[in-house]
Amino acid sequence: MANFIDRRLNSKNKSTVNRQRFLRRYKNQIKKSVSEAINQRGVTDIESGESIVIPKRDLSEPTFHQGGGGIKDRVHPGNDQFSTGDKIPRPPKQQGQGAGEGDASNSGEGEDDFTFSISKEEYLNLLFEDLELPNLEKNQLDKLIEYKTVRSGFCAEGVASNIDIVKSLQGSIARRIAMTSSKRKKLKELEQALLTLNSDKHDNIQQKRAIVTEIDLIKGKIAKVPFIDTFDLRFRNYAKQAVPTSKAVMFCLMDVSGSMDQATKEMAKRFYILLYLFLSRTYKNIDVVYIRHHTQAKEVNEHEFFYSQETGGTIASSALELMNEIICERYNDSQWNIYGAQASDGDNWADDSPRCQTILEQQILPKSRYFSYIEITQRAHQTLWKHYQQVEQSHNNFAMQHIKSVADIYPVFRELFKKSTRSAA
Amino acid sequence: MTNYQNDTITKTKVTPLDDTPDWTFDLLGQYQNEIARVADFYRLDTYTNQIEVITAEQMMDAYASVGMPIGYSHWTFGKKFIQTEQNYKRGQMGLAYEIVINSSPCISYLMEENTLTMQALVMAHACYGHNSFFKGNYLFKSWTDASSIIDYLLFAKNYIAQCEQKYGISEVEATLDACHALMSHGVDRYKRPQKISLDEELKRQTERAEYLQSQVNALWRTVPKKEQQQNENKYKFPSEPQENILYFIEKNAPLLKPWQRELVRIVRKISQYFYPQKQTQVMNEGWACFWHYTILNHLYDEGLVTDKFMLEFLHSHTNVVAQPEYNSKYYSGINPYALGFNMFIDIRRICEHPTEEDKEYFPEIAGSNWVDTVHFAMENFKDESFISQYLSPKLIRDFKLFHIHDDSDHNYVEIGAIHNEQGYKKVRQNLANQYNLSNLEVNIQIIDANIDGDRALTLRYTPHNGVELGDSKDEVLKHLHYLWHFDVKIVQEATAGEDKVIACCPQKDKDD
Repeated sequence: MANFIDRRLNSKNKSTVNRQRFLRRYKNQIKKSVSEAINQRGVTDIESGESIVIPKRDLSEPTFHQGGGGIKDRVHPGNDQFSTGDKIPRPPKQQGQGAGEGDASNSGEGEDDFTFSISKEEYLNLLFEDLELPNLEKNQLDKLIEYKTVRSGFCAEGVASNIDIVKSLQGSIARRIAMTSSKRKKLKELEQALLTLNSDKHDNIQQKRAIVTEIDLIKGKIAKVPFIDTFDLRFRNYAKQAVPTSKAVMFCLMDVSGSMDQATKEMAKRFYILLYLFLSRTYKNIDVVYIRHHTQAKEVNEHEFFYSQETGGTIASSALELMNEIICERYNDSQWNIYGAQASDGDNWADDSPRCQTILEQQILPKSRYFSYIEITQRAHQTLWKHYQQVEQSHNNFAMQHIKSVADIYPVFRELFKKSTRSAA
Repeated sequence: MTNYQNDTITKTKVTPLDDTPDWTFDLLGQYQNEIARVADFYRLDTYTNQIEVITAEQMMDAYASVGMPIGYSHWTFGKKFIQTEQNYKRGQMGLAYEIVINSSPCISYLMEENTLTMQALVMAHACYGHNSFFKGNYLFKSWTDASSIIDYLLFAKNYIAQCEQKYGISEVEATLDACHALMSHGVDRYKRPQKISLDEELKRQTERAEYLQSQVNALWRTVPKKEQQQNENKYKFPSEPQENILYFIEKNAPLLKPWQRELVRIVRKISQYFYPQKQTQVMNEGWACFWHYTILNHLYDEGLVTDKFMLEFLHSHTNVVAQPEYNSKYYSGINPYALGFNMFIDIRRICEHPTEEDKEYFPEIAGSNWVDTVHFAMENFKDESFISQYLSPKLIRDFKLFHIHDDSDHNYVEIGAIHNEQGYKKVRQNLANQYNLSNLEVNIQIIDANIDGDRALTLRYTPHNGVELGDSKDEVLKHLHYLWHFDVKIVQEATAGEDKVIACCPQKDKDD
């Protein structure tokens, strides 16, 4: 006896739970691997998944098993040269080191690391775990200006195209039942009476006739109740609901004066990409505006932003002014979530720094969700840093960090967007 | 009249079964019927077969849950899955053609990708070979209950899922980790476990939890009266060494919560369920290979399968039962399929065409009915005893087996015996020992729980042939400590003098 069952259409991801458990269990190792990888991988493939390497010893499950030493007797096949009593030098360790036969053959390949891939989503989740966009909840509800239409029940009036047939017919049935129930009851009684009269041995012609007339009358009345009435009609109702805006614009501001070399720009670029990826997890649509500046600011496209060479002095306030202009022109702060990220090597014309502070404090910060400044330099801080420090103290949607090498980017990024406990307080 | 005519036609001309590469359920059914008929002819007694066709991905799922059709959630299965998936994707390994589960009805998985020939091979191998082994072998008969295992696994899965919701994933995971580390020491070797159905299991579960807890409390309620204290010091617990560590923990660990006891029990039960499979690998695979070979050849002799079918079948069969030699780069120990298959073939040969040598070595089976003899061998042995009973000199010569004696005190290894007249018995004895689980698994027992004092648990390791305990003992001890909550230590039995402490948890500072 045998039964065949076709299981091919059953769910195949029986192991998904266990895979998640595995990721959960080795989160620390995986995270370490992820944060090492972010610094190694190319800028352009930042959106793909990642292969994770975990040392095998971290994964092994301990058991009581036999170790080395002692006497071991083994039988092997294929004797081609030995006779009893031969003494041969001990062969190099190849098997039998470990839990006997089973283990030796399974792990015989001698792989040291356990490597596997995680998907882009898993990768991003790990990369941005415990990070949040600051000031998000607080501001979001203030600026409800976008609406969407949502269904909200039914109403008795409306346009014909919105008629809900099922509801209307339900109403019709209910009305008809309500309007005829007393008549039907009467009808039943009369029919019963007629039946009793019929079974009576007397003729009772008069009475019968009266009852039959009345029955016809009631039947007519019941028939007159209309099948559908305007009273029955129900229309789908719609309401406008406010939704938080999910559009964001990210301003990338970068100093391209002669003091910024390609390596510094590359670091800034990584920072911008991280920010972009991070924002894309919260917002559906993100505009990116690239502003580069030396003594004058200019809005450019991505390629020009990162790769074209220019020289000259540095006036940082020009970029901030341009940013402010663009906000006023194109990105109404009631509709857009505005993020700014400025990267610089800290060089600025000394007299310009107070002006930067003023523009930020008075123009940009009140409209922005968050503005971050990173300084990529090996040298001591200059005036711009000092003025920005004053801004940081008085504004909680402004943050600044110092980056020295590529390896700092990811930790600094985490530092900037760390889930803050103060917002909960 | 018409009947008679039909009979003569089938006798003279048999239409072979279709041998197209692509299978259909119709064709599977036809092959299954023929195989069942032949299996019946050879008196293979089986559980009802439940044959499930699955995809490669589902096969990987089945791999990951180490042969349990319903597994509870744990990261180690995730690790196995990722490993399998990774290896499979890189092409480092092929998937097995089938997986079969010791249950009633006996569930076998066939992979969708197999050709029709492979499906026929797999059906003969798993649905009649393994299946009849599960039903007939004495170890499976006395240690597992095929009809209740699916129910029990379902109970276990649901119970563990429930615990995760009540007590958190991390707690459950830590407990299961600890149990897994001691899994191979959760087996009863000398006692018949009782059969329990799902309903009963559920019913008893609550009762048991309460009862166990109360017992444990009673056990530790040792606030002895002062006069009695001295007498009580002599009381030793456990009174005899305990080798089933998980069982001891389940019944006696003082601070385990009731649900944790149940988890220990679940892991112990599953370990017990797999124990016979560990002891009969060679026999089980050998038996299944022997029967797929015999059954399909029988069908070929009847003219039911074509030459094309046979060639493909023999190609796969030969790969499965190949034994690389010791100096081959593919060598990774003795292939249980090869050894088992050849031993059963050899038993049949000894029965049918015994030589003088066979008559000397196997007087009781030489010339006997081969079907009776192989059934007897399958039913009454495990790997160790099977080899020491039936490994013939001819097979030792065919395999060119030789024995290596490796004493770590010397810087050389010695050839103890080879395939010659003087060596047969020694080779056979050593090969049999190689499959003796009590030589392979370490002998470690609980000897003392010091219930009057600090409740420290002492385990004793008895070395076999002077082999040390492996490195991960400290890690295992941490897990044991997690379950026991008080100090645990392992002492090694010394041939002379005091036992030596080789590991303890929490670890004492070595400087002290």
